[in-house]
Amino acid sequence: MEFSLDFPKVRTIVESYPEKVDSLIDSYTDKKEQLISLLQDVQAEFNYLPQDVLVKVSQKLDIPLSQVFSVATFFRAFSLKPKGRHLVAICTGTACHVRGGQKLVDKIERDYGIKPGETTEDMRFTLETVNCLGCCALGPVVVVDGKYESQVTPDKLDHALSQCQ
Amino acid sequence: MVEQVRKLLEKRLGNTAELENLRQSILSERDPNRTCISICAGTGCRASGAEAVIDAFLDEIERRELQVNVALKETGCPGFCERGPLVVILPKKIFYQRVKPEDVPEIISETVLQGNIVERLLYVDPATGEKIIYEPDVPFYRKQTQNILNANREIEPTEINDYIATGGYSALSKTLSQTAPEEIIDEVKRSGLRGRGGGGFPTGRKWQSCHNAKSDIKYVICNADEGDPGAFQDRAILEGNPHSVLEGMIIGAYAIGAHKGYIYVRNEYPLAVRHARIAIEQAMDYGLLGENILGSGFSFTVTIVRGGGAFVCGESSALMASLEGKIGEPRAKYVHMSEKGLWDSPSLLNNVKTWANVPLIINKGAKWYSQIGTAGSKGTMIFSLVGKINNTGLVEVPMGITLREMIYDIGGGIPNGKKFKAVQTGGPSGGCIPEQYLDTPVDFDELTKLGSMMGSGGMIVMDEDTCMVDIARYFIEFLKGESCGKCVPCREGLNRMSEVLNRITRGKGEREDLDTLEDIAGILGDGALCALGKTAANPVLSTLHYFRDEYIAHIDEKRCPAGVCRELTRYSIDPERCEGCLRCLRACPTGAISGEKRKPHTINQSMCIKCGACYDVCEFNAVIKGGKGATNGKGMD
Repeated sequence: MEFSLDFPKVRTIVESYPEKVDSLIDSYTDKKEQLISLLQDVQAEFNYLPQDVLVKVSQKLDIPLSQVFSVATFFRAFSLKPKGRHLVAICTGTACHVRGGQKLVDKIERDYGIKPGETTEDMRFTLETVNCLGCCALGPVVVVDGKYESQVTPDKLDHALSQCQ
Repeated sequence: MVEQVRKLLEKRLGNTAELENLRQSILSERDPNRTCISICAGTGCRASGAEAVIDAFLDEIERRELQVNVALKETGCPGFCERGPLVVILPKKIFYQRVKPEDVPEIISETVLQGNIVERLLYVDPATGEKIIYEPDVPFYRKQTQNILNANREIEPTEINDYIATGGYSALSKTLSQTAPEEIIDEVKRSGLRGRGGGGFPTGRKWQSCHNAKSDIKYVICNADEGDPGAFQDRAILEGNPHSVLEGMIIGAYAIGAHKGYIYVRNEYPLAVRHARIAIEQAMDYGLLGENILGSGFSFTVTIVRGGGAFVCGESSALMASLEGKIGEPRAKYVHMSEKGLWDSPSLLNNVKTWANVPLIINKGAKWYSQIGTAGSKGTMIFSLVGKINNTGLVEVPMGITLREMIYDIGGGIPNGKKFKAVQTGGPSGGCIPEQYLDTPVDFDELTKLGSMMGSGGMIVMDEDTCMVDIARYFIEFLKGESCGKCVPCREGLNRMSEVLNRITRGKGEREDLDTLEDIAGILGDGALCALGKTAANPVLSTLHYFRDEYIAHIDEKRCPAGVCRELTRYSIDPERCEGCLRCLRACPTGAISGEKRKPHTINQSMCIKCGACYDVCEFNAVIKGGKGATNGKGMD
């Protein structure tokens, strides 16, 4: 995953939301070991892990920046890039795979030119794959903005995506 | 504020007698003959629209002012996800399936108020065509022994009183008031319980070594990082009956002398996280967690930690590294986690299902428990029966049932008249078992003998349309993405295996590739650091062993017998069967299909991207999948 520490000369997240960032990090002052939880909270707030926030986490909690980045890049749940307005997660667990989950991933790649983990240029949506959502009876499953769609066909996927503007 | 504290103190149960009094008072307030509408609100049924059904019931009950006479329960998952949303009318246990909000007024006016059956919502046994009225008579449930899942349908997961009413926390109360830690461990040992997370290690022995370890600080951990794709029983238990897991953990903590516990749960399971959180708060309020539990002097607290979405974190040492705020890399286990685990303290880690078994063993006794199952595997096991199977869902059966009974008697066989090909058990560490072994009794040891494993109970059924080379490739791709990268055999070995398998599925494989795969598999088994790496080659080895002919067909004949591998598949339309309905023509994303209404269509091969959309929509079986070079598409059967 690419990242650089030369921040662009726009207002950074920390500059834009100083209080929000502080209060998020401060709630973990005595719980340095819960770094993963903190990063989950950061991601829930900003929908990705802004680089300058990670630097701030490292400074305030006195955790080496290398460790913060190693955790931020190790776990699948974290993204160092901003995500789109809508999140489309296609389950590619085994049960969904044997029922054609991959075809749905292929379809989005074909129609929108994005692969799993990527976002459309207009930031309309981000495509993700997830290993198993545990709704194997209803596969293939697609989750659009937290809403589960069951037994998804290419047509059904088109319909669900048309709701994401 | 003072008022709140006073209320909280009132709720707190000071000793085991008070817990018993509470149970009696809850039971005396409940009329067992009162009509109760029980709706599954697990993730599966929610995905099928259960929330709208629940809202419709609430509206209808309010509109008809039935609140006094009719109760409504949002329960956990009883297992039959295929037929959701599921509604059961108690006390008669009338079973309605695939219920829609529009059906609700009729259910209320007919069944609830007049006792009549709404026939169209009944389950029809596909084997006999018989309509089944009562839940226990449904064939899917009839052959099961639901010792654990059974509670899911009686309990509203966010109501601790429901759990207590069904005898909840009585095992804990028995433990704290009458039993010494050593006796608990002996009981668990005698029960024969083995770890339900994958390895099948005897639970009692793990508890014993953690109990023996000398340390002031010890930890108890619940592994709910259910990463096996195709398995969701841990989620169903934590969602549907979180208190049973907590009770097991508290008993375990008492047995080994721990005061702090963690539940490490996948972040992909938001409902399980929420229900576990609520359960912990309620147990704290009742004094079943926290300081001086039930006046015994024993203290224990539990914290929930959400996983970061890494499969490897289901491995105990990686999970503990992740709990410490580090990346989830496993370590070599010359010293067991039960002696030196989380923050180097003795740590007792068990799977959700294992913890949920503990209260049962304490309540009913090791003798009762060990009567269920086979010589080496005791108790029941919960499987998730998924894939190409009619009755998808969770299935709880005694160890030792045969695969055939699972798949045909409970699972109802393969849909659309297709032929069974294999069943994959044990998740990415397991293997594929072919038809000739369907009469094998399912337990830890028998599955291992077949080159597969029990794992956490995933059971994925595959039919003739599943390509076994593609399945091997799928698992290796999955594991390649999930390998933590710490040890070379796993990191590099999986990458090389993925290259070889991709080559084969693209029709560029050589016979030597099969030897290469076996070589690398051997190195992984010998040299990988953790159990995930050591078993990573199992999907390849088992498919190579049982389905070598499919590999050979890909390599020698350049065809995919199941018609899955794109480069080796060609779609064509049988002019005799094609009715010219235009459906495939409309479904084709590249416009490769041409034809007029009521005249046979044709596929322009140079434009076809082999997505299979035409095959999926055709109602006349006119689209034929064939091997590469097959002239009329009938080159394969």
